Amino acid sequence: MTEFKSGMSRRDLLAMIGTVAGSVAMYNAMTTLGFAQASTYDGPVKLEGDPKGASVLILGAGLAGMTAALELRAVGYKVQVLEYREKAGGRCWTLRGGDKYVELGGFEQEVKFAEGNYINPGPWRIPHHHYGVLDYCKRFGVKLEPFIQTNFNAYLHRTDAFEGKPVRFREALTDYRGHVSELLAKVVNQNALDETVSADDAKLLLESLKTWGVLDENYAYVKSNDTSEFRGWAKEPGGGVDGAPVPSEPMTLSDVLQSRVWQHLVDGDSIEHQSTIFQPVGGMDMIAKGFEKEVGDLITYNAKVTKIDQSDTGVTVTYVDSQSGEGTETASADYCICTIPFSILGQIEHNLSGEMTAVIDSMSYAGSVKFGLEFKRRFWEQDERIYGGITYTNLPISLISYPSTNYFSDGPGVLLGGYSWGATAYQFNAMSPEDRVKKAVEYGAQIHPQYTAEFSNGVAVTWHRVPWVLGCFGIWADKENQYATAAAMDGRTLMAGEHISYLPAWQEGAILSAIDAIKRLHAHVTAA
Amino acid sequence: MTKLTIAAAAALSLFLTAPAMAQDAAMFASPSKLTQTGGENIYKAICAGCHMPEGQGAVGAGKYPALANNANLESAGYPIYLIIHGQKAMPALGSVLDDQQIADVVAYIRTSFGNDFAEPVTVEEVTDAR
Ligand SMILES: Cc1cc2nc3c(=O)[nH]c(=O)nc-3n(C[C@H](O)[C@H](O)[C@H](O)COP(=O)(O)OP(=O)(O)OC[C@H]3O[C@@H](n4cnc5c(N)ncnc54)[C@H](O)[C@@H]3O)c2cc1C
Repeated sequence: MTEFKSGMSRRDLLAMIGTVAGSVAMYNAMTTLGFAQASTYDGPVKLEGDPKGASVLILGAGLAGMTAALELRAVGYKVQVLEYREKAGGRCWTLRGGDKYVELGGFEQEVKFAEGNYINPGPWRIPHHHYGVLDYCKRFGVKLEPFIQTNFNAYLHRTDAFEGKPVRFREALTDYRGHVSELLAKVVNQNALDETVSADDAKLLLESLKTWGVLDENYAYVKSNDTSEFRGWAKEPGGGVDGAPVPSEPMTLSDVLQSRVWQHLVDGDSIEHQSTIFQPVGGMDMIAKGFEKEVGDLITYNAKVTKIDQSDTGVTVTYVDSQSGEGTETASADYCICTIPFSILGQIEHNLSGEMTAVIDSMSYAGSVKFGLEFKRRFWEQDERIYGGITYTNLPISLISYPSTNYFSDGPGVLLGGYSWGATAYQFNAMSPEDRVKKAVEYGAQIHPQYTAEFSNGVAVTWHRVPWVLGCFGIWADKENQYATAAAMDGRTLMAGEHISYLPAWQEGAILSAIDAIKRLHAHVTAA
Repeated sequence: MTKLTIAAAAALSLFLTAPAMAQDAAMFASPSKLTQTGGENIYKAICAGCHMPEGQGAVGAGKYPALANNANLESAGYPIYLIIHGQKAMPALGSVLDDQQIADVVAYIRTSFGNDFAEPVTVEEVTDAR
């Protein structure tokens, strides 16, 4: 994912996790934050050998569960999937006009978005190197379009900088780079780096700083047509009589530094956030629907698993109707793949091993909140020329993301009106949905005054109140020491899902963990 | 109303609203910490999100246990541990709340929602559980 950002900086969050659970959680979080490895997906699964009629019960119809179901049936397993919800996809989820969402506590939100508008309360971006997700999209014909992460024309905003006025990303980036380059050039020219940099390299360093920082012939970062070409103009170049442009005045070094807007300059630079990033046309759940088309016939919906009982010969799972809690039924199979988040699995009666139980019980889940706000018109495009991308702020909403689709359309548009973590998310979680939305509109109006007049309706999803996950993604108590236990086959059961991966909180992690689990299961079955 | 009672009423309403206003200002004051103080305020600001305003809990595919009439709260060490370290659907709040806040909110839930575990909760107990 993720912006653990703005409000809470990446450093704050790492420090916070560091104090809570030690360096392992810290490493774990760093992978989440975008310093992670590329996907190890190596093409469509090829399982060889006959499963000899073996059956598998899969718990949960999120992407992990459906990946396992699809691939296991393809090679000849008898597969049944039990799913709590009335539909498949799990966290891969989209809300559209007409949808109703009831969160824990009974608050119902009815989404009133106009036809075609949507919000992804969970996953919203697919990095270019998440080969597994992208491959399934291709196989299912899920249409993808670019997701705009970095938009140089979007804003950086802090309530305590520039009198609360947002600056354009390009201004902050160009000025920061320009001033830093000028300083470094000064140091080189004072021969202060003679001991570290050879004379030859120093010459090239100066040359490169001039290019990179847009410095003048004296290695100074100044107001000029050249710097305005990067940071933007006071008056844009035009045609005809008054066509001559007017250059803009850079911010001072001190202003740039003191404003702290530089915190967000690298947000789009980690591998997960570098161009090209994708989103499914029409909403993230197009992926869920793609899977569901393939394996929907295997899924028992509205089935709340309440007990997992494994023996030497098989696994029997008890489930009840999700809504009424009644109508106890059982399903049995030779093996089980469990993708139920540990936040919930830890509350289900089971006879997994003691070691596995200890891991399940010690995992906690991160909190997060997302807002979908619909406005009567796309003022960000019409008034501010912002087409997709993300504005960052230190307000409790952390960011505003503009839709990377249907540009220039008339009629209402939906923004991601905020995406926050930590203490902020917990507080939003304790508010009614209406109050959350109201707050998000108030905060957003500090960046876009048009909010007040143009707001139409909104939804807010806080992940600890999502009835079928109870959190956003799993945080290990001690990943280094626990991971092998959690991933190992326990009796006749294998765990899979986002949490059993080194790509936590990414759909790719869910898919890769499922593929790995079924490969090991199949090796076990065919060796028997 | 006499002048005196008006003044008294005004003073009383000031007295009543000032702390409420302070709690309002504390909302979202820090992205990484809760800055509300006092057991009830802390409970309302975050705990109520899952355990619900009357401590009744909530049930979905899993559940948030009711705190109302909850015998597990008899030992203060239990909620203290869970709040600091988290587990399952309970997030780790050890870095979001300080020792005083945890002691206060634990004392609050132990004496609210039909619970009557009156022994005080000390800050030291929380510090020791970290
Ligand atoms: C806010 C947020 C932002 C994210 N951003 C991104 C992103 O930009 N890109 C990205 O790739 N990923 C992102 N992710 C992560 C991604 O959503 C997950 O990694 C992935 O969807 C998890 O899939 P899963 O199959 O492991 O779990 P889930 O999708 O949670 O599936 C588990 C299933 O089990 C079911 N279940 C639960 N309890 C029971 C029970 N008792 N009985 C029966 N069934 C049960 C649930 O209903 C669910 O369908 C984000 C997640 C969140 C929450």
